[in-house]
Amino acid sequence: MQQTFQDTVKAQILVIGNGMVGHHFIEQLRQRDAGCSVTVLCGEPQLAYDRVYLSSYFTGTPFSELLMSTEQWYQEQQVDLQLNCWVERIVPTERLVYCRDGRVFSYEKLVLATGSYPFVPPIPGNDQPHCLVYRTLQDLQNIEASAAQSKVGVVIGGGLLGLEAANALKQLGLETHVVEFAPQLMAVQLDQAGGALLAQKIQQLGVTVHTGKATQAIAPGTQYRYQLQFADGSRLETDLVLFSAGIRPYDQLGRSSGLVVGERGGIVINDLCQTSDPSIYAIGECALWQQKIFGLVAPGYQMARVVADRLVNQQQATLTFSGADMSTKLKLLGVEVGSIGDTHARTPGAMSYLFTDPKAGHYKKLVVSPNGKKLLGAVLVGDTSGYDTLLQYALNEMPLPANPEQLILPASGQTALPALVLPDSATICSCHNVAKGDIVGAIGAGVCDLASIKHCTKAATGCGGCSALLKSVVDEELKARGVEVSNHLCEHFAYSRQELLHLIQVEGLTTFYQILSQHGKGHGCEICKPTIGSLLASVYNEYVLKKPHVGLQDTNDTFLANMQKDGSYSIVPRIAGGEITADKLIVIGQVAKDFNLYCKITGGQRIDLFGARLEQLPQIWRLLVDAGFETGHAYGKSLRTVKSCVGSTWCRYGVQDSVGQAIAIENRYKGLRAPHKIKMAVSGCTRECAEAQSKDIGIIATERGWNLYVCGNGGMRPRHADLFATDLDTNTLISYIDRILMFYIKTADRLTRTSVWLEKLDGGLAYLQDVVINDSLGIAAELEAQMQRLAGTYACEWKATLDDPQALKRFRHFVNSDKADSNILFVEERAQIRPATAEEKQQFQLQIPVKNLTEESIA
Amino acid sequence: MSFQEICSLDDLVENSGVCVLVAEQQVALFWLRPDDSGGTGELFAVGNFDPVGGANVLSRGILGSVGDKLVVASPLYKQHFCLRTGQCLQDPSLSVPVYPVMLSHHKVLIGSQPVAVDAVAA
Ligand code: SRM
Ligand SMILES: Cc1cc2nc3c(=O)[nH]c(=O)nc-3n(C[C@H](O)[C@H](O)[C@H](O)COP(=O)(O)OP(=O)(O)OC[C@H]3O[C@@H](n4cnc5c(N)ncnc54)[C@H](O)[C@@H]3O)c2cc1C
Ligand code: SF4
Ligand code: FES
Repeated sequence: MQQTFQDTVKAQILVIGNGMVGHHFIEQLRQRDAGCSVTVLCGEPQLAYDRVYLSSYFTGTPFSELLMSTEQWYQEQQVDLQLNCWVERIVPTERLVYCRDGRVFSYEKLVLATGSYPFVPPIPGNDQPHCLVYRTLQDLQNIEASAAQSKVGVVIGGGLLGLEAANALKQLGLETHVVEFAPQLMAVQLDQAGGALLAQKIQQLGVTVHTGKATQAIAPGTQYRYQLQFADGSRLETDLVLFSAGIRPYDQLGRSSGLVVGERGGIVINDLCQTSDPSIYAIGECALWQQKIFGLVAPGYQMARVVADRLVNQQQATLTFSGADMSTKLKLLGVEVGSIGDTHARTPGAMSYLFTDPKAGHYKKLVVSPNGKKLLGAVLVGDTSGYDTLLQYALNEMPLPANPEQLILPASGQTALPALVLPDSATICSCHNVAKGDIVGAIGAGVCDLASIKHCTKAATGCGGCSALLKSVVDEELKARGVEVSNHLCEHFAYSRQELLHLIQVEGLTTFYQILSQHGKGHGCEICKPTIGSLLASVYNEYVLKKPHVGLQDTNDTFLANMQKDGSYSIVPRIAGGEITADKLIVIGQVAKDFNLYCKITGGQRIDLFGARLEQLPQIWRLLVDAGFETGHAYGKSLRTVKSCVGSTWCRYGVQDSVGQAIAIENRYKGLRAPHKIKMAVSGCTRECAEAQSKDIGIIATERGWNLYVCGNGGMRPRHADLFATDLDTNTLISYIDRILMFYIKTADRLTRTSVWLEKLDGGLAYLQDVVINDSLGIAAELEAQMQRLAGTYACEWKATLDDPQALKRFRHFVNSDKADSNILFVEERAQIRPATAEEKQQFQLQIPVKNLTEESIA
Repeated sequence: MSFQEICSLDDLVENSGVCVLVAEQQVALFWLRPDDSGGTGELFAVGNFDPVGGANVLSRGILGSVGDKLVVASPLYKQHFCLRTGQCLQDPSLSVPVYPVMLSHHKVLIGSQPVAVDAVAA
């Protein structure tokens, strides 16, 4: 729609760009002044989203969670927001802004927050399909689509973003390469040795790193889609090319309207973030301050605050922009990397301390001032636990200890800087510019828990990098004020999990509401209800769907199945030790076929069937139970699987029957409720094909019996299990496991795996051995008896449910209709079902109202 | 506002939720009855669709309270929705519809239209 000059929309403040910084500016402006009229013109089709966490889109974070605000919020704030509105031209003399769609806006003050765009090096062939960049949501969707048709992906550029992009390609299942022109990775943040170690570690994780390679052309490939041709004559074939060779500021608007721009791009600003035209400001990644572009969000936020302050308070404004710290700590492809200040020791006279541990793969470097008193920079690769402390030394220019090397030497016990000694001016959260003094002030004003402190100061709500430091500042500050740091379960119970367990046992309490009325307040919540449900189950081992316990369970425990993203459920029958007969395999296959379920072999040696609707669960389990299957407790905080290797029965190296042992153990502990899930494995010999040393309980056969390993963990924080006892006979083995597990159930906090429990246990492994092997507490017999009682009262929850008409009543989607949930819809992929995406659902629903795609096949 | 008889009290689960169909809309119906003292407790009805997870699951969430607000926690990603106002406590820009509900002679009656609730007043 072409509009005439008369239609010009007048705004006191006009903002171009609604990225992270543009959005922050609006928040800051409205916090200071609700009155002035504001218009925002945004080139992207959606509201500002969190670019920093953009990559989490690939690990399943729905895009809606990345949005920083809503259109409704903009309406409430009375901000006129124009999405999909690309600005072509500014005419500063007339204070007018022209958009691509023909609209014209006038302003009194203009704020440019146009950010930057990825630089694509001028390599012939760079404009072909499947040659992509990594910056916007649209880019990510393009990458996803391209990856679905690709096997190999190459990222050109080995900087911070390039490595993040490589991680994304790896997660999308591609064979991944990183090509870097410089002789090392992350040349901006790391020194040469740090970059080399990073490259080595990343290679070990399966990403191939090519440094010192100048790409000259992208030609057609022979084996894969393209061939990258390098200056040194070497070649690399790939299906997908992802450029991550740096960013360039979106400064065209400034350039064409005569604002001063830097030689290498960027709209020049002063300390007030004003451009060469005093009515025009520039903030974020499009702005050039003292020859520097800041490619991080925190400096952009600072600029946004400066301009908001300036526009509202005018002559009384106090804030100025004075540069920003570019230190970073992050995890790249699983490798911890930290970079602070002058990493290359470029300050004249600077001295460096180096520490390397080739075995653990740690590299640490301190750069200190010529007199050894101040920390100028640091590089940490492999272990960034000292980062917060070092950053505080550097930022606050605090005097270093006499032997600064202590700060990077392992286990010197000295490294953590107590938060108490930090000055009040120390910046704790750089994203939201929160100093220690702000946090102490909030505590002084009566804000006493971490969540409220986060809420009122905004600390740790940006990139999240400061969360650990914030927590220690809060904890220490509260302690210093004599407030006991709470281990309370939640707002309803001022007790820890163990304390509640004691209350239940000592007072013989049997229901949640008894416990709540005597020891708690409010109505409970999704934390205390399942916890108490689990405690009651481990004390009394009653059927979990018995009436008083019903409302206590998570949906997974209530319906004895795992809820999936679309509200359907998965079904995991127990397949003890991973051993299964052909007949049972056929039953599973037949059931899956009859109900059109998605089949997948799990990481725990059994079979998961996905896509069952709530009302189908009992029908499916009826068939499975009749065929002799039991529930696999995939939903519970309970024993999952006991993985086995084939062992001495078949394997030429096996020394014991690992399968038989695994089945016996799985049957002993199945159904056991615990603070977290428990996994076990039994290997038939030292080759360890069952990976027992990554389990909570790991057993490895020896010539003379069984070696017992404890408290291993895979998952988010892998931990190698500790050798607990060697060459045990089966009876001793079982009695040790009984004691360890029962002791764990009695003493661990909620949602604590055995690995973390052991690390927190005073005295550690030696103490646990003392309690279990030497019975130092005199409770061994009692622990065993309790376990025996639980094992003796085991009953399959699915069988019990099928026998209970009252419990079965719950397995209906509607209590007043036989209809199915019309929002559960599937499409076919690789010859099986998968949940339809939101877009697909919309299409279906237009075509076939309220109908399940698989309904017919089941009837 | 017309009320419709939806189900009987026996169809509900104490201190937990069920889902009912009201005028082709999915409604999560909760029965809060924290003691056995004989009272009938309190009923709440809100939309069953979880706007965060994008699935019809709120009836399968755990009931509880945050401060003095009665809430249900979504079983998918644990956001709390206020039973009286429908508002999401974690993201006040989101909310679920709230339906008027009453109990009469052991029957549950639900209004066919959601009510407008003033989040601040409630
Ligand atoms: C199905 C399965 C993946 C697969 O397709 O293979 C799976 C699926 C889930 N895993 Fe897992 N895990 C599966 C094996 C594993 C393994 C491998 C193993 O067991 O050998 C691990 C690492 C080993 C470990 O736990 O030490 C694993 C580490 C996790 C973790 C991280 C735990 C940790 O301590 O760091 C979670 C999250 C949690 O429990 O809080 C998790 C959580 C989940 C949940 C429950 C997430 C959820 O809430 O929806 C998934 C639901 C399953 C479902 O809907 O049926 N899953 N998960 C595997 C089921 C095994 C089984 O037969 O029971
Ligand atoms: C994958 C990724 C990971 C990152 N990780 C981190 C991190 O861990 N830590 C960190 O601090 N930073 C990180 N960053 C950088 C951070 O995201 C940026 O510093 C920040 O987004 C800059 O905000 P901005 O508002 O200046 O620019 P942008 O977010 O780019 O927003 C600018 C907006 O303006 C629009 N626009 C431009 N020109 C026009 C025009 N002419 N008319 C209308 N609209 C226009 C653009 O379309 C865009 O929507 C990361 C960036 C990416 C891409
Ligand atoms: S662990 Fe030993 S017994 Fe088991 S499969 Fe491997 S080699 Fe064979
Ligand atoms: S430093 Fe980013 S959230 Fe605090």
